[in-house]
Amino acid sequence: MLLHDNWLYSWQALVRHKLRTALLLVAVAIGVTSVLLLTSLGEGARLFIEKEFSALGSEIMIVLPGRKETTGGSVPIYGNTPRDLTIDDAVAMEKISTVKAIAPIIAGTSLLSFQGKSREVITLGSSTGIFSVRKLSLSKGRIFTSKAKDPAQAVCVLGSTIKQELFGNKKAIGEWVRFSGQRFRVIGILQERGESMGLDMRQMAIIPIRSAETLFNSPALFRILLELKQSGSELYTENKLMELIKKRHEGEADITILSQNSLMSSFNNILNLVTASIGAIAAISLIVAGFLIMNVSYVSVSRRKQEIGLLKALGATAKEVKILFLTEALLLVSLGVVIGLLLGYGSTILAAYLWPEFPLAIPLWATFASVSIALIIGLLFSWLPASHAAKHDPVLALRGL
Amino acid sequence: MTTSLIKLENLNKTYLIGEQPLQVLNQVNLTINQGDYVSIMGPSGSGKSTLLNMIGMLDRPDDGEYLLKAKPTVNITEEKRAQLRRDHVGFIFQNFHLIPRLSARENAELPLMIAGISAKQRKVKVLNVFEKLGISDRSEHLPKQLSGGQMQRVAIARAMVMEPEILLADEPTGNLDQKSGLEVIDLLEELNKQGITLIVVTHDSNLGKRANRQLTMVDGKITQDIIRNATT
Repeated sequence: MLLHDNWLYSWQALVRHKLRTALLLVAVAIGVTSVLLLTSLGEGARLFIEKEFSALGSEIMIVLPGRKETTGGSVPIYGNTPRDLTIDDAVAMEKISTVKAIAPIIAGTSLLSFQGKSREVITLGSSTGIFSVRKLSLSKGRIFTSKAKDPAQAVCVLGSTIKQELFGNKKAIGEWVRFSGQRFRVIGILQERGESMGLDMRQMAIIPIRSAETLFNSPALFRILLELKQSGSELYTENKLMELIKKRHEGEADITILSQNSLMSSFNNILNLVTASIGAIAAISLIVAGFLIMNVSYVSVSRRKQEIGLLKALGATAKEVKILFLTEALLLVSLGVVIGLLLGYGSTILAAYLWPEFPLAIPLWATFASVSIALIIGLLFSWLPASHAAKHDPVLALRGL
Repeated sequence: MTTSLIKLENLNKTYLIGEQPLQVLNQVNLTINQGDYVSIMGPSGSGKSTLLNMIGMLDRPDDGEYLLKAKPTVNITEEKRAQLRRDHVGFIFQNFHLIPRLSARENAELPLMIAGISAKQRKVKVLNVFEKLGISDRSEHLPKQLSGGQMQRVAIARAMVMEPEILLADEPTGNLDQKSGLEVIDLLEELNKQGITLIVVTHDSNLGKRANRQLTMVDGKITQDIIRNATT
């Protein structure tokens, strides 16, 4: 039998049994689609987080007070330690050769008021380094230039939203505002930039670190941001930092150092696992589809006994009969896979249109995996019925027995 | 002396009917020559269909030998037997066995398709045979759109397209009214006159008597073998 005739014959059999074909197509398509959609959810979450972290920049490292161990293993976003990270620690870090700039941060909330209007704002105390490290640019005015070691100055830079809320369209530069009663002069307004690392810079005010120290009456740092001269020196810098802190903290390196790489790799591990496991759950639906194919193929074989008998009487070998039934299953699964791919990719495209902020992306491996699993399962599960068909005794088969 | 086309030697076949073994062929010896017109008659269960299936190599005997053109066929692979079937034997069944989803032409093309002949050649061959059988205008119809007589003609066309030496017909008129039954028989006899070896299983004695050689079977044995000369 010619290959082309083989396909044609199987194709005709599928077209003729429309309902059976349609049901099986739906089963396979649902299996493939669900693998694609579920893995795309996991992949989407991964991309989302990756995007957030890459805003950090690969030359940036974050030093947190407290060791990883003190918070039970996970990243200590707000670690606790008996020994605070101090401004002096930060000043010492600036001397490491690979460090380009530092931005020690004291964070707190204060009541910001101007001419009777007041607002609770998150206030960051930092050095001039924060503007370069966080790539903050101003829409108006200038930044303060005081470094970590410099004395306090009563100046502040405001986020764009706060400026709008307190001043409206009026000029803010040069005005005096009060942070929890203390007077500060507005010298700059941040450019609107939106969120990064979960902090909405539009809602913040930045003051020199020594001013924050007095304002909050605490020298303890929330964290220190470091900018490296070049990426690739993270490991060296990390070792240097540990050494330094050990020296300064009575032999204990009680800090945690985060970098984009370390953060992303730990999140990646988790998210890849999540993606793989929901993908595996979805693959179960493919296996169910496989059983359905087997089931229906058995029914089809038993209902087409006479056809099998006839083909054998006309000179078809058992192998040829088997190939015919396998071809039918392969055609069916291939069609189902195509429909599933269209549905899967179609819905992610639609979802991207409806929810543009959440990136849904079908990982390439999921596409290959679902297609190959579907094909393998389709062939595997139709192998039995096809062999069964091929074994029919032509005399009995012709009589429908 | 012409070599015999079909030579059956001591064929035995036993089926199990439930627990009970039933000997459907019992030491059958038979020689059929090229161009013969043979009818096999007998009560149901006498083994006549089994004998036909043996000749068509659809069934294998428990023991004995079947020489087709002096070549043994019993102890060869199923694949070889399928090829022999395809190349030498045409089957005609009582209930036609047309595949309902295929058109008349496609049904008749099946043996050619199995033999790996191209679509173009198949169509030419089948339309040619259809022409001879008077069903050219029905070639694109589905079986359900055909009358019984037409369906059997399509089946005969299907049996003829490979130009076999042997035409095996199991109750070819069993599902037909008398008129179309006679037409089908006339057709088969015409093919026999052109040289094909025709073997017909029937329990219609009028039909059986038309053959040049009439076999009667009872309990798996050929009990009567009447040979008469061609219609004179």
